[in-house]
Amino acid sequence: MRAVGALIAIALALALQTTLARFVVGGSTPIDLVLVAVVYVALTSGAASGMLAGSVAGLVQDALASDIIGIGGLAKSIVGFVVGAIGQQFIVTAAVPRLFVFMAATAAHVLLFQGLYAALGLRTFSSPWAAVATQALGNTVVGMVAFATVESLPGVFERRRLSRRPKV
Amino acid sequence: MALLDIRQRVGWLFMTVIVAHLILISAQVSSHRGVPLLEEAIFGAVSEVQRVATGGIGEARGAWHNYLNLRQISRENDELRQRLSQLEVALQRERALAGQTRLLQELLDFKKETPLSTTPATVIASGASPDFRTMTLDKGSSEGLAADMAVIAPAGIVGRVILPTARAAKVQLIIDRNAAAAGLVERTRAQGVVVGTGSDRMRFEYVPGTADVKTGDRVVTSGMDGIYPKGFVIGQIESIERTAGEFSAVLIRPSVNLSALEAVLVVTSASEVPKADRIAAERTKPATARPE
Repeated sequence: MRAVGALIAIALALALQTTLARFVVGGSTPIDLVLVAVVYVALTSGAASGMLAGSVAGLVQDALASDIIGIGGLAKSIVGFVVGAIGQQFIVTAAVPRLFVFMAATAAHVLLFQGLYAALGLRTFSSPWAAVATQALGNTVVGMVAFATVESLPGVFERRRLSRRPKV
Repeated sequence: MALLDIRQRVGWLFMTVIVAHLILISAQVSSHRGVPLLEEAIFGAVSEVQRVATGGIGEARGAWHNYLNLRQISRENDELRQRLSQLEVALQRERALAGQTRLLQELLDFKKETPLSTTPATVIASGASPDFRTMTLDKGSSEGLAADMAVIAPAGIVGRVILPTARAAKVQLIIDRNAAAAGLVERTRAQGVVVGTGSDRMRFEYVPGTADVKTGDRVVTSGMDGIYPKGFVIGQIESIERTAGEFSAVLIRPSVNLSALEAVLVVTSASEVPKADRIAAERTKPATARPE
C-alpha cells in the first residue's frame, strides 16, 4: 500500500513538475518537486523505499529532461537512501528537523547532480551555490507545505464525514 | 514478501542501484577519446583480463621453456664439468711433464758442464723413517752405481749412495744425522766438516777459531773425504755462535731443496774428465746416442 502511495506521489510530483515548472520563476524553476516527493517517501517509508523511489523518479525525470539518463537517478537514489536512513535513525517528525532534512537533501542532490555533470565533463554550472541556496529554500517550503497538507488530510476528511452525517 | 526481503538487504540493494546507474551513465557518456565510457570501461576491464590471461599463459610458457632450457643446461653443465675435469687432469699431466722436462733439461745442462762421469737417476721414494734422512733412486748396481758414490744436483750436494741394489739405490742425504762431508768456506778457504743433524740444517764443525767465517758465506766440498768431488756447493752459513773464541755452532742451510728433488746425478767416477775433451766427445756422438 505504501508502495502504491509512493508511486502516486512520484507520479503526481512529475506531473506537477512538468506542467507547472514553466510558470514558476520564468521557467527556470528553483523547485524540484520530484525531489520533494522522494524525500517525503524516504522519510515516511525508509531507506530502501526512498532509494527505489529516488531511482525511479530520477530516471523518469532524466528521460524527460536531461540528456544523460541516470545522473539524476543516481543523485536521487543516494539522497533517498540517506534521507531514509536518517529518518529511521532519528526522529524527524517535528517541523524543524524536517526543514533541515529538506534543506540538506536538496543541497546534497544539487551537489551530486552538478558534481556528476562536472566530473564527467558534460556541463559546467555558473553559480552552483546560488542554485543550491534557492532550490533548497524552494524545496523546503514546498516540502513543509506538502507534509503539513498530507498530514492534515485525514482530519479534514474526518471532519467532512462528520459534518455530512444527518442530524437526528 | 519479495519487497520485504529486498528491504532487509538495503546495503546490497543500494550498491546494486548505484552500480546500475553508473553503468547506465557510462553507456551514454563518451570519454575524452570519444569512446562511450561503458564501452571503454568494459573494454578496459576485458582487456585487463585478457592481459592477465595472456600474461599468465606467457608466464606458463616461459616457465616451461625455462624448465626445458634448465634441463638442457643441466645436461650441458654435467658434460662441461666432466670435460673440465678431464682437461684439468690433462693440464696437470702436461704441467707435470713440462716440469719434469725442465728439470731434466737442467740436469742435462749440469751433466754437460760438470767434468765428472755421472749417471742420471730419478728419485722414486723418500726415507721411510723420519730418523734417517734417505731417499731411493731408480738406478742400481746394474747401471754402475756403487756404495759411497756422491749424489749431486744442479744446486749442489745431495748425499751419497749407501745401499745399491740391482735396480735401485738408497741414498743418505747430507742432512742425515750420520752424514758428513769435508767442506770449506768458498770465500776464505777455511776448512771444516759439514755434519748432518737430522733436521733441515747442518753443522759446520772443526772450524778453527781464527778462521774468517761470516754469515752468508758459501760452503763447498773440499774433496778431502774421498766421496764428494771438490768444489760442489753444500750450503750457505745461516748463523754463527762463538764461545770463548771458538766456533761453538755454525749452522748451514743446504743449497739443494731436498724435499723437492725429482732427479739427480750420481757421480760414478771420481776422476775428473777434462772439460775440453768431454765437449769434443759430446760433439762427435750422434744426437740420438747422447745420454739424457
